[in-house]
Order: sequence, then structure tokens, then C-alpha cells
Amino acid sequence: MNTATQIPLLSHRRRRLLTNLFHVFVLVVLVVFILLPIYWMVTTSLKTTADTFAIPPKLLFRPTLAHYQVLAQEGVVLKSLVNSLVVATATTLLAVLLGTPAAYVFARFDFRGKSDLWFWVISNRFITPIVMALPFFLIARDLKLLDTRLSLILIYLTFNLPLVIWLSIDQFRVIPREIDEAGLVDGATLWQTFYKISLPLALPGVTVAAILSFIFSWNEFLYAFVLTRSEARTAPVEAANFMTAVGTRWGPMMATGTLIVLPVVVFAAIVSRNLIRGLTLGAVK
Amino acid sequence: MRMAAPAIIALLAIGVYPLLKALNMSMRLYQITKPYLGTPFVGFENYDKVIRDPLFWQALERTAYFFILTIPVQLVLGIGIALLLDRVRWRRLAGTVRVLLVLPIAVTPTVIGLVGRLIFNRDFGFVNYLLSLIGLGPVAWLGDPGTAMFTIALTDIWQWTPFFALVMLSGLSAIPPEVLEAAQLESGRGWQIFRYVEFPYLRPGITAVLILRTADILKLFDMVFVLTRGGPGVSTELVSLYVQRVGFRVFDMGMASAQAILLLILSIVLARIYIRVFYQELEA
Repeated sequence: MNTATQIPLLSHRRRRLLTNLFHVFVLVVLVVFILLPIYWMVTTSLKTTADTFAIPPKLLFRPTLAHYQVLAQEGVVLKSLVNSLVVATATTLLAVLLGTPAAYVFARFDFRGKSDLWFWVISNRFITPIVMALPFFLIARDLKLLDTRLSLILIYLTFNLPLVIWLSIDQFRVIPREIDEAGLVDGATLWQTFYKISLPLALPGVTVAAILSFIFSWNEFLYAFVLTRSEARTAPVEAANFMTAVGTRWGPMMATGTLIVLPVVVFAAIVSRNLIRGLTLGAVK
Repeated sequence: MRMAAPAIIALLAIGVYPLLKALNMSMRLYQITKPYLGTPFVGFENYDKVIRDPLFWQALERTAYFFILTIPVQLVLGIGIALLLDRVRWRRLAGTVRVLLVLPIAVTPTVIGLVGRLIFNRDFGFVNYLLSLIGLGPVAWLGDPGTAMFTIALTDIWQWTPFFALVMLSGLSAIPPEVLEAAQLESGRGWQIFRYVEFPYLRPGITAVLILRTADILKLFDMVFVLTRGGPGVSTELVSLYVQRVGFRVFDMGMASAQAILLLILSIVLARIYIRVFYQELEA
């Protein structure tokens, strides 16, 4: 009697164990699939050119920093990384500076045309950059802003400002109005309540918006490709440039790729829980 | 009110003025390489030419084909991965995978294109090496018009399936545990639970990713440009690449602007739908 009830129980448990092992196996395969291209890039940047072309591919090799030294000597890639850093930082700061007060107004007040304005802020997420790239090119040419970092800093606001406004509105909304009102009653101006009370409370959300806006600016290619030549060229454009030369220099190219991706990986890890919210404009939390 | 002014002025200057300029350019003869022609107003002539331009329609067709190659795969894989992450008993593993899934989405598309060039290389690429282990290949992943489209689709699948998975996962985590438990007691069949309990919670996320990815595919430029430059021939020249070529290599700004404005109309329609679905309170 006892054994009869125990046998199905055991097999049930064993089946659950097998299912779980199968799940784990599939997830491990998934992890390998996600990491392999990135792993391949990093290891290629550390391989000698001979090892890069080896067949079968060398899994164990003696790493070398030679390609990074080449980049340091040539200087163009480093310069482009500095350009990317300056552009992405400046446009992010500007977006936060302009965007957070606007978001505060959106969150706190109703006014005519608000929903139109709102729609327009959102539609920027959907606009194809090539639509903007054509007029931007002519405008920048007329203003003698071609190949300057300033042009990119301003143009990147087209996607950073809506992003910052959007994510900050959510943040300001969850702050109880009473807190603001208490400040206003105490005689603070609206600016002061915003700056001293609401903004510090919204800071975690604003930081997320800033990091996302940095990542998107850092990764941007089309505008930088169309609007810069040599002086203000950003790192992604410089990296793509490796292929126009006769024969591809795989080592330095992968070293450049690694340097570009490094900060992105760090930032993405920090905001991993919020990336989806940023990409879907809050439709998916 | 005044606090919002700087942002609104900035958006007018960088967001609206260029669009008006594009609209204006789209109604002019505007060939940068032939300044002696001037930029005379030609009305809707450019639009007329664009609509009858078979190359433009072919670029749109290729873009639609790319959509068909990528989105269904990403959706099915994404749902599968989300269900798996939701069910696996090792919660720590699920947490790690969740963080790792963010990587492909965040990695610079240009760099993804470069890495694609490396691992899809015909002679020493890793993908062909794997195929050779099972006696296949070598495949000219990027050199053949027929396969190049699959290669950019595969690359896109690598990058964006995690986005689908994470969106689906957040849908699943919204299901109240007691609802799921009750369903498990009652039916216990995996498929039925998915169909009648879990799927309804996934539906908003599915709508969101479908609209967003449609807009993203209309935008897609960098990864494809670096990986194939639209080639071989024009076999992977998606619509954004085509407009870029007309504008910045043929330097016909009038034509390119007309094409871009048509794309803009498409994206505004998408934005409208998105708002209608997700932010009803704004429609009032």
C-alpha cells in the first residue's frame, strides 16, 4: 500500500527535476548565445593578427595589448572617444537642465495645448532620424557648424529631451502635492520648491533618465556620420571607418569596439531594471 | 509655465524648425551638386517622382521583408525565454540572465555591425567554423545577395530578442500569484494556462513592442550600414539606407526630403496608435 502511493510521487518529483534541469540547460545556452559575440570581440582585440585568422579559432592564446598600443600611438580613435564623451555628457546635462523643469510643469499643472505638446514629445521617439538628418545637414552648413561637437550636442537633444521629460514626469507625479504646497506656503517661489524640494526627491528617476540619455547619445551613428568629418568625429563613426581602408585591420577595430562598449556595459548594468521603461516610454514598467 | 519655456523653445528650434525645412525642401528642386540650378519651387513634383520610383518601393519591400524575417522570431523566442525565466526554480540564475539580457539592447549598434563582419566572415569567421564542424559551408554570409538579408536579420534577432523577452517577462510578473495557482489547480495543462491566464497579461506588451519595433525598423541604419552597406548590390538596402544614399551620395535633397516626409507620416501614424493604446488619459 505504502509503496504503491510512493512510486508515482517519486516519478513526479523526478519529472519536475528533469524539467528544471532542462530549463537551466536552455538558459545556459541562451547566456552563451548572448555573450559569444561580445566575448569574441574582446578576445580578438587581445589576439595577435596571426591568431585572429587561425583555423580552428584559438580558444587559448597568449593575450597581447599590441592593438591598444597601436590605437594609443595613432591617436584618432582616442580623439574620437574624447569627442563622444564630451558630446554625450554635454547633451545629457543640457537635457536634464532643460527637461526637468518642463517635466515638473507637465506633472503639476494643466494648461491649454498640453496634450498636443505631450503628443509631440512622444512622437520624437518614433521619428526616423534620416528625416531630421537632411535639414540638419543644410542648417549646420549654413551656420558653419558642420564638423563641430556643438552641432551634435544640440541635435541629440531631439531624442534626449523627450526622454528626460518623459521619465521625469513619472517621477514628479509620485511625489505628493502636499509636499510642494507646504513649501509654497512657507513662502518659497515655484522655482525654489522645484529646485530644493521636488528635484532632490525625483533624483533617482532623473539619474536613470540621464544614464539612458548618455547611452543613446554615445551609441548614436547616423547624425554623427552625416554631420562630422574629422574634427568632431565620434567613436562609432571612427570605428566604422576601419572598413573603408584597403583590407580590414581586425585587431585595432575590435579594440576600438571594446573601448566603445565598455562604458555602455557598465551603465546598462546600473540601469538594467529601467532600460525597458525608457525604451517603451513607460508603457511597459 | 515659464519653467517649461526653455525646453519648449529648444524643441521648437531643433525639432520643429528642421521638419518645416524638410517639408520646404521636399517641394523644391534641390540638388547640392548642381548649385547653378538654384532651388526653384516645384510643388509636389518630388512626391510624384518618389511614388513612381520603383527603387523606393523596393526599399520599402525589403524593409517589410526584414520585418517578416525578424519580428515573428523575436516574438516567439521572447515569449519562450520569458516563460522560462518565470518558471525556472533557480531564481538566482533567472536574475543573472535578466541582467545579461540588457546587454545586446544597450551595445552600440555600430559595434554590433563590426563584430558581425568578424564572426560572419566567410574565411575565418566563427559561424562558418561551427558549420564546418558538422560538415557544412562555407557560407558567404555577407557576400551573397540571398543570404545577406538573413545575416542582418540574424544580427537583429540577436540584438532585439532580449527586448521582447524582458517586456514579456514584465507582463508575466503582473499576474497575481493566486490567479495562477487557482488556474493550475483547476486545469494544470501548461498550454491552457498559457492561453487563458498568461497570454492576456502579455497582450499590452506585445502591442507595445510591435509598434515600437515597426518604428525602429523604419529607422534602422547603423547596424546594417556597417555590416553590409546595403549590399551586395542593393540587397540589404532598407528604406533608411536608401534615403540616406539619395540625400548624401546622390545629393538630391529634394527627392530625399520627399521620401523622408513620407516616412515621417508613417511614424506619426505609429505614434498616434501607440498613444491611443497606452496613454488614453491624454486623448481627453
